[in-house]
Amino acid sequence: MTEHLTAVAGLDAESAEWPAALASTGPRREEALARLHGLLLGIARGEVARRGPRLRLTGPELDDLAYQAAADALVAITSKLGQFRGESRFTTWAYKFVIFEVSAKIGRHFWRHPSVRLDADGWERLPDRFGFDPAQEAEWRDLLAALQRAVDEELTARQRRVFVAIVLNGVPLDTLVIEMSSNRNAIYKTLFDARRKLRAALAANGYTSDDGGRRS
Amino acid sequence: MNGWSALDRFLRTDPRDVGCAEAMEMLHIYAELVAAGAPVEERCPGVAAHLRACGPCNEDFDGLLAAVRGEVR
Repeated sequence: MTEHLTAVAGLDAESAEWPAALASTGPRREEALARLHGLLLGIARGEVARRGPRLRLTGPELDDLAYQAAADALVAITSKLGQFRGESRFTTWAYKFVIFEVSAKIGRHFWRHPSVRLDADGWERLPDRFGFDPAQEAEWRDLLAALQRAVDEELTARQRRVFVAIVLNGVPLDTLVIEMSSNRNAIYKTLFDARRKLRAALAANGYTSDDGGRRS
Repeated sequence: MNGWSALDRFLRTDPRDVGCAEAMEMLHIYAELVAAGAPVEERCPGVAAHLRACGPCNEDFDGLLAAVRGEVR
């Protein structure tokens, strides 16, 4: 279902001026490009700093990533000016591009420097990942065995590969996108379908979350 | 068994979930609505459902919302 939304009642003067200036020629365009690049760089630096602590990236790498994201976002924005429909402020629309560029570049970074093997099988990490208490292993051992059976028997090869990479091995979705030459939407949809199948399989085997285990 | 509850929350899917492509397409509008305090769960339940389930899109949303609110720069 497509949701049609707008966040603004009408285009403000600044949001009307941005695309006009960027589509113009000469000094007016150059000034607008330089100003927009400055804004994008500020947003990119803020975003990599926000995500930085979780990324194991150092200062110079983060700044390089911010510069590349701002430059690539500027190219994308100027080539897609016709797609700005005034549903938000122009700067909000533009910031979206630089946020997406930061995401994509972080995904590419992890693809080049993987901390785990993309095809490794990490079932032993699953209990910790979801907070199963080792002291109560007798209660959840059967559940995880049923889950593993469902992964092996119910999922397609592609669904299994995506599930294992993201859920068992903690590979970032955006990194798997690059590894599988795909896109975020397709990988998410694959995982969405896998989640639905697995939950149905567990329910069919009597496992419900309501009582924390298998129905008797 | 808290682990089972967490696993079940992960496996549970929402049929209203619009997916990444549509959520990304509308993210700038959604972020401004959230910044303005609009009832986004009512106005765009499919995007809200997607952002609850998709870590990468939610991460992008958090970044864009911070930018819109002027928390960065």
